[in-house]
Amino acid sequence: MSRGPLSLIVALFVCLAVSLFGENFIASNFAYYYDILITIGINVILATSLNLVNGYTGQFSLGHAGFMAIGAYASGSWSNNIDPIIFGYLGGSTSPLATNVCLFVSVLFAGVLAAIAGFAVGVPSLRLKGDYLAIVTLGFGEIIRVAILNTDFLGASRGLSVVGSYTNLFWTYGSVVLCIYVVLSLVHSTYGRGFLTVRDDEVAAEAMGINTTKYKVSAFVVGSFFAGIAGALYAHFKAFITPEGFNFFRSVDVVVIVILGGMGSTVGVTVAAVLLTILPEALRALAHTQFVPPAYQGLLENRLILYSLLLIILMLTRPQGLFGDRFASKRRFIRSRGD
Amino acid sequence: MDRLLEALQQLINGVSLGSIYALIALGYTMVYGVLRFINFAHGDIYMLGAYSGYLLAPLFARFFKFGQFDTFTPENTLFILSGAGLIMILSMAICAVIGVLVERIAYRPLRDRPRLNVLITAIGVSLFLQNMTQYRLGADPKAFPQLIPIQVVEGLGTMTVLTSQLAIIIATIILLIMLRLIVMKTKIGLAMRALSLNPTACSIMGVNNDVVISFTFALGSALAAAAGILVSMDSPSINPLMGNLPGIKAFVAAVLGGIGNIPGAALGGLIIGILETLVIAIGFPQWRDGIAFAVLIVILLFKPTGILGRIEREKV
Amino acid sequence: MDSLLKLDNCTIRFGGLTAVASLSMEVRKRELVGLIGPNGAGKTTVFNMVTGVYRPTEGDVLLAGERLNGLKPYAITGKGIARTFQNIRLFNSLTVFDNVRAAFNLHLKHGPRHALLRGKAFLKEESDIESRTIELLKIFNLDRLSESMCKSLPYGDQRRLEIVRALATQPKLLLLDEPAAGMTPTEKSNLMRLIEFVQETFDISVLLVEHDMRVVMGICKRIYVLDHGVRIAEGAPGEIRRHPKVIEAYLGEEPGEGVRGEK
Repeated sequence: MSRGPLSLIVALFVCLAVSLFGENFIASNFAYYYDILITIGINVILATSLNLVNGYTGQFSLGHAGFMAIGAYASGSWSNNIDPIIFGYLGGSTSPLATNVCLFVSVLFAGVLAAIAGFAVGVPSLRLKGDYLAIVTLGFGEIIRVAILNTDFLGASRGLSVVGSYTNLFWTYGSVVLCIYVVLSLVHSTYGRGFLTVRDDEVAAEAMGINTTKYKVSAFVVGSFFAGIAGALYAHFKAFITPEGFNFFRSVDVVVIVILGGMGSTVGVTVAAVLLTILPEALRALAHTQFVPPAYQGLLENRLILYSLLLIILMLTRPQGLFGDRFASKRRFIRSRGD
Repeated sequence: MDRLLEALQQLINGVSLGSIYALIALGYTMVYGVLRFINFAHGDIYMLGAYSGYLLAPLFARFFKFGQFDTFTPENTLFILSGAGLIMILSMAICAVIGVLVERIAYRPLRDRPRLNVLITAIGVSLFLQNMTQYRLGADPKAFPQLIPIQVVEGLGTMTVLTSQLAIIIATIILLIMLRLIVMKTKIGLAMRALSLNPTACSIMGVNNDVVISFTFALGSALAAAAGILVSMDSPSINPLMGNLPGIKAFVAAVLGGIGNIPGAALGGLIIGILETLVIAIGFPQWRDGIAFAVLIVILLFKPTGILGRIEREKV
Repeated sequence: MDSLLKLDNCTIRFGGLTAVASLSMEVRKRELVGLIGPNGAGKTTVFNMVTGVYRPTEGDVLLAGERLNGLKPYAITGKGIARTFQNIRLFNSLTVFDNVRAAFNLHLKHGPRHALLRGKAFLKEESDIESRTIELLKIFNLDRLSESMCKSLPYGDQRRLEIVRALATQPKLLLLDEPAAGMTPTEKSNLMRLIEFVQETFDISVLLVEHDMRVVMGICKRIYVLDHGVRIAEGAPGEIRRHPKVIEAYLGEEPGEGVRGEK
């Protein structure tokens, strides 16, 4: 077996081991940090998958939250209806086997459904470029939200309670590892250089025999698939979801992470996802210390003010993000074979 | 006859809603004309227009007796309108300054960077304006002071047209005529048109492009502020996020009319307003926010240049 | 000699403007053909029509007898036509190496699935492509720059890299759009030798659009002349030089780009 898949399997085993031996300890002793840990995982999945679309392929999408919503609602509604049947066969809702099987099946279902939605949205809208694509994906994201808001069996504006919060460290970080592996090994291949050529110059890419539409749609479908998975993990983590949780600002959150990390740099985006998940929490903690006058507490607690300044300042001073984008493309595949 | 009146009633509702979209859409389209980018923060200028009015009105409340008239009478009409007009003009001026500052600080340094960078900055500016307003003035909706008495316009039979709706329509017509005069009859208007055709040639011919671009932002922002005031007269509850949806719908209107095309933006605004009213009238009020996006998607897929737009081909 | 590319009465109209009017021309196998004409004659439009960027309003484009009308640009490249661009269009965020490697995409046996599984066949193909990329770069003396970003290359190297990248798609016909533009006289001479070398080594046909008469007259065996989208002459360089219509079309052009190509 070559080094790539091998490292994937090793990483998955590490996740499994941590989950088996550490999960209960962290969850019961450090509940607050446990929550942050899961949130980090979900954000890394969202950001690295969006990076395939916005970063590597250069198709600026503002609708990632829409696909996350599809995943969350798909898995929530699936679990509410199908899980009881699975429990019947696998020893009830207290059996770890049953809950893990249920989670796996519903997460997979969510990913597939989001990928199908990604295909349906991507095929028509990826003919557009730049600003237009951004607005249309934003539009699709909003339409998805409005549609859920008007669908009674998904709870409409009341929100949807999801059976059981089964999301654990293994499934979260297993998905993180899988997502990063998929993005990296796709991009680091002769096939995957196609994504980058689409970003750089579509006309030249077509002239080199590269089917740009196919690449764009592939990136979009893979991105949506993982957004769906992130949504499913989120639904089974919070056990309660509302359409408002997947509005435009949720998409912006992910976009900010991708831009801060550097479009087209998986390492950068992963680091940025961790930083930007912790940062609001850290600032909130800071706001309630004696060092901060009460008048400024609100300023520190509002993460969107911070994000907005971050976006503006980054674009003015360092548009390539923290890690730049040469990081990804300068490496030869001799080294990339192993990643 | 009743049917006809009902249709006319919906048309008036649609036109007054569409007027608001049209006023905002003009800013998008003019900025796109000169800079070829979508000013994502434009909807928030509209919000700031409403907030400027909200903050300014108390300063003049004593003099203009805001909220103290229940009806228009022949004696007080001119007085009321000059009070409301003053608030509107001042708000327009404030937002014009804000618009120019935003361009100067956030967009101008990025002028020869990829357009995507400017789009991202614009998203940042939009988030900043919303959240700063929220932080300074609170996230809760505020009651907008009553600048003109809201009553049913008399003499229209079974139709109910409010004075505020009428004010929106009339003010929009006046503003559109003024804009038309500025763009077609003044030197700076000529420079705007020249800039949108060819920036390089324009600056070679001695036009100061920076001044023209600033002026465009001022003009667009003033119109958005007017829309903010007019809307708040009609539905007097304002909040920091109020610019989001109208902003996006107005953008759709600009694209529908052909982005970069000034009459197109006005036409697109009216069409979106009427369509939205229609969706509500036929019994799907909860889908009213979806219709604009549906229109956008259909337009971009079948006629990306919009109704009055012209084709721009990528040179290979 | 067999015909490779054939344009049969091709016309392109943009709105009211006729950019190319019922043009017929032919490039045979292993032939080096020039396409010249004053500014705005429609040369690049012909390229864009052949490569599928524009679709001919009337007429047929045939490659070895097969109609290409309406195919997407990538599909036409797949049939064996590769091109360079008048205003260089390299993949700016990629290295020299990756620019060429990306063009091997066309004949790739592996797909996303293999890239994920990284099996033996996949790794074998990747290392094959790597050595072929290096080989190509070596031929053009660019291998020492393979890890540089292509943006940082001197102008002449960028032009040559575009040719290498086009060759990586393994074309039967190579379209060169003003490859000598912006080059010094020495670079131009080198380019001429390079084009002849490419034609012979890779055993392909070349269609050359060029402003510089010295280059075209120097290497093309046959030349087509376009003016206002209409073909006004065809023949060997010697005939073209004396052709009255050609001389007429070029009168008023800058002396440096005159028909005789005397500098």
